[in-house]
Amino acid sequence: MELLSGGEIVIRALKDAGVKYIWGYPGGAALHIYDALFQQTDVQHILVRHEQAAVHAADGHSRSTGEVGAVLVTSGPGATNAITGIATAYMDSIPLVVISGQVPREKIGEDAFQETDMVGISRPIVKHSFLVKDATEIAGVIAKAFYIAGSGRPGPVVVDIPKDVTDPNHRVPYEYPEKVKIRSYQPTSKGHSGQIKRAIKTLLGAKRPIIYSGGGVILGEASSQLTELARLINAPVTNTLMGLGAFPGSDPQFVGMLGMHGTFEANTAMHHADVILAVGARFDDRVTNTTGKFCPSATIIHIDVDPTSIAKTIKADIPIVGACDVVLGEMVDQLQDSGKRLDDEAMADWWKQINEWRDRHGIYTQSRYEASGGNIIKPQDVIKSLYRATGGDAFVTSDVGQHQMFAAQYYLFDQPRRWINSGGLGTMGFGLPAAMGVQLAHPDAMVACVTGEGSIQMCIQELSTCTQYGLPIKIINLNNQALGMVRQWQDMQYSSRYSSSLYEDSLPDFIKLAEAYGHVGIKVTRFDELDQKMEECFSLKDRVVFMDIYVDRSEHVYPMLVAPNGSMRDMWLSKTERT
Amino acid sequence: MRRIISVLMENEPGALSRVVGLFSQRGYNIDTLTVAPTDDQTLSRLTLTTHGNDQVIEQITKHLHKLIDVVKVVDLTEGPHIERELMLLKVKASGPQRAEIKRCVDIFRGQIIDVSANAYTVQIVGNSDKLDAFIQAVAGAEILEVVRSGVSGLARGEKALRL
Repeated sequence: MELLSGGEIVIRALKDAGVKYIWGYPGGAALHIYDALFQQTDVQHILVRHEQAAVHAADGHSRSTGEVGAVLVTSGPGATNAITGIATAYMDSIPLVVISGQVPREKIGEDAFQETDMVGISRPIVKHSFLVKDATEIAGVIAKAFYIAGSGRPGPVVVDIPKDVTDPNHRVPYEYPEKVKIRSYQPTSKGHSGQIKRAIKTLLGAKRPIIYSGGGVILGEASSQLTELARLINAPVTNTLMGLGAFPGSDPQFVGMLGMHGTFEANTAMHHADVILAVGARFDDRVTNTTGKFCPSATIIHIDVDPTSIAKTIKADIPIVGACDVVLGEMVDQLQDSGKRLDDEAMADWWKQINEWRDRHGIYTQSRYEASGGNIIKPQDVIKSLYRATGGDAFVTSDVGQHQMFAAQYYLFDQPRRWINSGGLGTMGFGLPAAMGVQLAHPDAMVACVTGEGSIQMCIQELSTCTQYGLPIKIINLNNQALGMVRQWQDMQYSSRYSSSLYEDSLPDFIKLAEAYGHVGIKVTRFDELDQKMEECFSLKDRVVFMDIYVDRSEHVYPMLVAPNGSMRDMWLSKTERT
Repeated sequence: MRRIISVLMENEPGALSRVVGLFSQRGYNIDTLTVAPTDDQTLSRLTLTTHGNDQVIEQITKHLHKLIDVVKVVDLTEGPHIERELMLLKVKASGPQRAEIKRCVDIFRGQIIDVSANAYTVQIVGNSDKLDAFIQAVAGAEILEVVRSGVSGLARGEKALRL
């Protein structure tokens, strides 16, 4: 058997786990590993400018490909800087393996230089973690880490490795396990057949069914099964923020996103539904509004790979634990075999009702905001312009705030893994580094980062990483010179007292900033130049382009669920209208 | 409602902190906790008592299952079971109280396991209610210190929590 040092084993095991790119930042405790990286070419390391960005980039890689992302950081501040990224991935169930250097074994617990208890600090935000105690354990632990991260309900796994374990002078036999078996971890795949039968019977008897699908359908590669099932039963489909693209956004059966900033028709249809088929969704508080008033007449079928997601906030009448692709596939087969259909007359009435809702307040049937013109650019129109310029075919990452909601509402995703945002944790600063991960994984694809002047400044240092690795991301900065979503809440709930949501003329000149990093900056202040400059942006294929677009700062995101004590049908439709 | 949950888990460093962390992270209660390796040295058995409504208990058992180090979980209170807790109690005992406390220990089928001029150390085994009752019974005397092991339990009959 081949003899390798601990540092070499780390890199070899990453290669054997299928890793091509690892994002990271070196430092004392990780230097043996970095030296091993230098002496090979199989695993390419990308040097970021801050460890948070390394995790977001690996996360973006994973979300856009389905592969497990890989990160390498040093101990202490390297590890703690990675925490926000790990928490972001954990909340959205993104598979990552984060390797952190640690102080030498005999120094652990002595408050050594750059020591932090990484396993302890990360414990509530990881699927699992390991502290490697010996060089002979490294390969096995890394194999387990990748298996745990990517299987079942995915999630981040931390592998903390003390420096002396990676000592280049201590060589041990290397063997990467062919198969990983963990006696205490056996994720469920196949759903309970009796429950599936009940679910089908319930669906067939429905008069007002709706499919509510979430990020689990994308993570579980179940989009085609979901689409097939939706076609079979002709039910309306709504996606969560995390589920956009699981069902084609431009399809007539799609009623838009649901929840806090969901469409009128999606939220109203949920409220009035008699059967809800929830797949890979977790009845998050941003979806349900007041749980006691949630969908009063619905029988709920809930499919999820993670039993803890079922009946956590809303009781499921028919729970099915299993992988979304397997369970939905089984349901499609059984429905086809039965040859039965839902009641045609009831379904015709249901669609008539939904179309009436669409006409009344839907955001896709007509424009629900004031028109752009002159130097007033409505943020919604920027997203529509982006959609046209990219033919709806871009990977779109976003940061967090109003721009995120506008992108989710107006960029219609027809494919899964195209919409990449921090849904659960709501991490500002996610968009740019995530876009780097997407672009590296898809070198020829159009990658747009929709952001705001607030979020972009949280990881703006990564413009330098884009330069170093030639990642031609297009940054669409919806610049409203304010923390827009904070400002919106302050308008709605705090009598427009803008406590710390304004910058008072301190914003940088983003054009000069982009140019300082060697990129192209394009400023847009007039509506009539928007489309043309957007075209120009995407014609510069090999360059990072920073589009600094001055949008109407008074604009709010609507619809918006009324809180507290509202149900899903209680919405603000504009600044003055509510349901 | 009070529940006794038994957990069979890998005897690994950090496994206990994951269980305890889960409870604090999700706002669940731990009333008692006891943990030790089993006859199979690779496994630890953890027993905890908690309380909450059915929905909370269901989430607790599901979340425990989800921890990678956890092999099996059972809610002992779902069926017939035996539970025991051990208590050591040091009580001031002098003059006529010495005889009174001794009588009380006998009634509760406890043992005096250490004696000094002015104190007894008493060992009582039983379910938690019995231990509480004993503390009540000797409340007239000055209790110096109390240590309780937390609840251990097994299902009745031939059912066993093992690999």
